[in-house]
Amino acid sequence: MDKIIYLDNAATTKTAPQVVEAMLPYFSEKYGNASSIYQLGAESKQALTKARDIIAESLHADPAEIYFTAGGSEADNWALIAAAEGYEAKGKHIITSKIEHHAILHTCQYLEKKGYEITYIDTDENGIIKLEDLKTAIRQDTILISVMFANNEIGTVQPIAEIGEIAKENGILFHTDAVQAYGHVPINVETLHIDMLSASGHKFNGPKGVGFLYIRKGVKVRSFIHGGAQERHRRAGTENVPGIVGLGAAAQLALAQMKKRMENVSRLRDYLIGRIEKEIPHCRLNGDRIKRLPNNVNFSFRFIEGESLLIMLDMKGICASSGSACTSGSLDPSHVLLAIGLEHEIAHGSLRLTLSEENTMEEIDYVVDAIKEVVNRLRQMSPLYEDFVKTEQK
Amino acid sequence: MYSEKVMDHFTNPRNMGEIENPSGVGTVGNAKCGDIMRIYLDIDDDHVIKDCRFKTFGCGAAVATSSMATELVKGKTIEEALTVTNKAVMEALDGLPPVKVHCSLLAEEAIHAALWDYAQKNGIEIKGLAEPKKDIHEDEEEEEY
Repeated sequence: MDKIIYLDNAATTKTAPQVVEAMLPYFSEKYGNASSIYQLGAESKQALTKARDIIAESLHADPAEIYFTAGGSEADNWALIAAAEGYEAKGKHIITSKIEHHAILHTCQYLEKKGYEITYIDTDENGIIKLEDLKTAIRQDTILISVMFANNEIGTVQPIAEIGEIAKENGILFHTDAVQAYGHVPINVETLHIDMLSASGHKFNGPKGVGFLYIRKGVKVRSFIHGGAQERHRRAGTENVPGIVGLGAAAQLALAQMKKRMENVSRLRDYLIGRIEKEIPHCRLNGDRIKRLPNNVNFSFRFIEGESLLIMLDMKGICASSGSACTSGSLDPSHVLLAIGLEHEIAHGSLRLTLSEENTMEEIDYVVDAIKEVVNRLRQMSPLYEDFVKTEQK
Repeated sequence: MYSEKVMDHFTNPRNMGEIENPSGVGTVGNAKCGDIMRIYLDIDDDHVIKDCRFKTFGCGAAVATSSMATELVKGKTIEEALTVTNKAVMEALDGLPPVKVHCSLLAEEAIHAALWDYAQKNGIEIKGLAEPKKDIHEDEEEEEY
C-alpha cells in the first residue's frame, strides 16, 4: 500500500476541505480587524459572531460564555490559573485526576508552587475516576474540580454528569478538558453542570492554533491575556479571524455528522479491537470497553517497546502513537498507563490507534495484518519474550 | 530523526538471536526504562570472539546500537572488544539523537557484561574490565517544567 493510513486522530485531524474553504476569504479578502468601525472590520466581526453562535448552540450555552483561545492548552491554563486566583479567598484546594493531559497536570504543579494544594484522584483499572474518592477529597477550601471529559490516550469517557452533580451540590466550580470529546460526542453544559470547558479546533477537523474556553456566566474569571477589549476584555489580542471561522465551520460540520460518525467509527473500532484480541496473543486492551470514545483503540503488547513498533508501522505507511518513554520524551512511560496500574514494561509496549470516518474496513484489515507481523518480529528480538518462552517450556 | 545507518540496523539487524551454550552472556538495562539488551558471546581458546548475538527490548536506537555493537566486536580478541566504546558504536551509526545516547552506553555495557560473565565462568581476569553496572539510567534526571 503506497498511501498513508492515518490512525492518529487524537494527535490531530485533517482540516476538512469545507473548513479550509470557509477560512480562505478571511486571509486576503475579508482581512479587516474585527475591532474596526468600517465595513471591512464589521465583516470580520460578523464572522466571529457566527462562529461563537455555532459553538454556543452546540454546548447549549450562551454566546457570551464562549471565549476564543489559541487552543486547548491555553484554555486549560486559563481555566485553572484564573479560577485559582479568582477564588483564592474561599480556599486554595483543587481536585483533579491522575490521568489528565499535561496542560492540566503541569498547570497544577505550577499552582502547587504558588501555595495551592492539589488532590489527584485515582482511577480504576479501566481509567474511570473513582467518584467515592472524589467525594471524600472535597474540603471546605476546595474551589475547583477539573476532570477531563475523555482521555486522550485510552479514550475513557468520564462520569461527567455525576462529577458535575457532586460539584454543584458542594458549591465547587467544575472545569472539564473536553479537547478529545468536543465535536465527537454530545455535550450539554446545562445538564452536565459544567462551569468551564476547554476545546481545541484541530481535534475535530478544524485548524490548529485555535480553540475556546466556555465560562459559565457568573464565574469569576480574570483576563488571561491583558490588553485590548477583545473577548469581553478577558482575552486580549486581535482575533484569529480565519482560525475562528474555521473553528466554527468545523463545529458545525462535526455537530451535523456526529451521530453518523459515531456509529461508523465505533463499528470500525470494535472490529479492530476484536481482530487484535483474537489474533495477537499477550495483548491487553487499555481503557474501558463501553465508556470509550468512538474512535479510540489502545493496546499494550507484552515483550515489545512502542517506539520500535511505531517506526515499523510507519514503514508500512501507518501513522499511530504510543505511550512508551521513548515517545513521551522522558524516562517513564505514559502517566495515564501507569495510573491505570500497568507495569512499566507493559506500558512501554502500548499502541494507540485513533480512527476517523475516512478509514475503511480494508485499511483496518491491512493494519491488523501489519501489527501482527511487526509485533511478532519484535518479539523474536526481545530478551523478555525469550525468557517468557523458556519459562513456559519448563 | 534517525540516520540511514541506524534505520538500516534497526530494520535489518545483524546477528540477532541467541547462542546455545555461550561463552558469556550479559543482560543490562531494565524494563522500567524501556530498554533491555542481552549479548551472547562465543569465544575460542585464543580469546577471540568467534560469534556474537543479541536480543533487545527497546526503541529503534536500542536495536540499532545492539546490532552495530555485535558487528564491531565480532572477530576481535576480548582485549580489543573492550575498546569498543559507546562512542565507537555511535560513530559507526553516523550518530544518534541526543536523547538516544544512553542506548549506545547500554550497548557498551552489555558487551562488558557478557565479557564479565565469560571471565567469571573461566576464572580469569580481563585487564581494564570492571563489574558492569546493571542500570545506566541511575544518573539521569528528569527535567522540570
